[in-house]
Amino acid sequence: MSGFWQRRRIPLAWLLLTRQPARLAVALAGIAFAGILMFMQLGFRDGLFDASVTVHKLFDADLVLMSPRTMSSIGMAGFPRRRLVQVMADPAVVGTTPVHWNLMLWRNPETRRTRSILTIGFEPGDPLFTDPSLRAKAHVLNQQGRVLFDELSRPEFGPIASWFRQGRTVETEVAGKRVRVAGLVALGPSFGADGNMLTSRETFLRLMPNTPPGSIELGLIRLQNGSDPLLVAERLRQTLPDDVAIYTKQGFEEFEKNYWRSSTAIGFIFTLGAAMGFIVGCVIVYQILYSDVSDHLPEYATLMAMGYRLINLLGVVAREGLLLAVLGYLPAWFAGQGLYALVRSGTKLPVYMNNERSLLVFALILAMCMGSAAMAMRKLGDADPAEIF
Amino acid sequence: MFSTLLATHTPPAAVEPCVQLRQLNHWYGSGSNRRQVLQGVDLSINPGEVVLLTGPSGCGKTTLLTLVGALRQVMAGSVRVFGVELQGSTRGQRQQLRRSIGMIFQGHNLLRCLSAEQNVQMGADLLPDLGYRARRDLARQWLRAVGLEDHLGKLPHDLSGGQKQRVAIARALAAEPRLLLADEPTAALDSRTGREVVDLLKGLARNQNCAVLMVTHDPRILDIADRVVRMEDGQLMDSGQGERLWGADRLPDTGREAAEG
Repeated sequence: MSGFWQRRRIPLAWLLLTRQPARLAVALAGIAFAGILMFMQLGFRDGLFDASVTVHKLFDADLVLMSPRTMSSIGMAGFPRRRLVQVMADPAVVGTTPVHWNLMLWRNPETRRTRSILTIGFEPGDPLFTDPSLRAKAHVLNQQGRVLFDELSRPEFGPIASWFRQGRTVETEVAGKRVRVAGLVALGPSFGADGNMLTSRETFLRLMPNTPPGSIELGLIRLQNGSDPLLVAERLRQTLPDDVAIYTKQGFEEFEKNYWRSSTAIGFIFTLGAAMGFIVGCVIVYQILYSDVSDHLPEYATLMAMGYRLINLLGVVAREGLLLAVLGYLPAWFAGQGLYALVRSGTKLPVYMNNERSLLVFALILAMCMGSAAMAMRKLGDADPAEIF
Repeated sequence: MFSTLLATHTPPAAVEPCVQLRQLNHWYGSGSNRRQVLQGVDLSINPGEVVLLTGPSGCGKTTLLTLVGALRQVMAGSVRVFGVELQGSTRGQRQQLRRSIGMIFQGHNLLRCLSAEQNVQMGADLLPDLGYRARRDLARQWLRAVGLEDHLGKLPHDLSGGQKQRVAIARALAAEPRLLLADEPTAALDSRTGREVVDLLKGLARNQNCAVLMVTHDPRILDIADRVVRMEDGQLMDSGQGERLWGADRLPDTGREAAEG
């Protein structure tokens, strides 16, 4: 450590950068802007993928049955409910829950406008979510026409939660039929659904009378402790007909994410947005470093005349790039935190700063600054020590 | 203080020239645009010798300095500096050699973002095996030697032209050069400071056995020269003691020539 301290040199890169505070501020603002753009685009993209499985994550299941015709949660196809009965024949299976899943039109009781809401129907006595508090609330669904409303739904569905808490009777129309809110749950919206509600299988079928008899959209399967879900899934695939597809819970979530990632342009658009931020940042940093090198060309030439090697000067420019990356990243990170909070409150999307994205954006900013520095270094070739006499 | 700095160095006994130019030719451009700048220049400079190079503007003095300073590739002829032949040398060889050569430019070329002390330390940083504190102390000592001990932390734009030039001189000397090339080092200095600076350079040559090749139009500093070399049209005309070469009839031109650089 003391050796390093003794070998240290004048922080030329830092001094060159800070000599013109206004230009440094502009550079940092540009880098921070590019960083914020990348944080937002990647945050939206990941938020989309995470939000698409908000409800999926809550299911109390080790394996999930779906129709092979199902493309995503916004287009669930049905399959015969009796497949769940067949599944029970496997010794590792300890329980199943048939689930109805569809989007219905909810009428805002305040504005009378309708909006699509994800409706999940199940037998109130069956386990649906891992959250035990739901089981306590589910009994109210035994009465026909009762629903549990997701209080995290977007406000466009009306002030349901606040009215309910005030003790008011909250009634509205779903799919043109009257329902009453009998309780609140906290699930969260997704890109596919701005709001959710839970109801009994009986109420669900009343709301969707065209549902084929004996058809369900999801089959939740719970296994004995210690069972290998992959092994059981493979075994079930051998025995069940091909009108159902079997996924592990993680595979079920990935299936949904993959839909948004590959079957729509959304993932591409947000990734492209992040790439645009990267390119904008590259242009800004390159301009700053190139003009910095150009401004100091006589000084660099002087250093070369004194005996400094070109590699020393390249190191100075590289360190300038590194400093710009670090100094530009920090405000981008903090601004990203604030904007994520804004997005969460405005859209209820689960957009959070996480370590992976923090590191990814830092790596991108670092690549942006170092790549631009490498481009600007070419200008150093113009530094001719013979010209300074 | 300056004498203290120099006292640590013992002049070597070697008398072999540290700079040897043989039939040096140099030109700019090619074909019909070719302009011959140096023609058959022969010159030797011994360690510890102070040589003043004078002549009209455009006669090739600066080109000669840049060739001796390993700043340019030698086109024709031979340039040997400390025994290293620069004809056909690589960029790396020239860069390595430049570490032994101190250069004082007419334009001071200080780094604008560095203080006077830091500028001088950039020279000291080239010395191997010296810790940070030692390099910083060396920089302070050289600034003291040029009378700028009260200006250590000042940036170049806070210094006068003469002060900047003295910082540049201290920077060149801080690298402990064995050969010092100077282009009009006293042009921006008043007579008293100019005298102090040339005395300092003379002392460096004497005590540190450092050869000095100085381009100048300043007749006030002739007395420090061991030899004055006059150049015209790319050729060395004659050499000898200053007063003889610098006849009184030439003196009125010196101010104009200095201004032209």
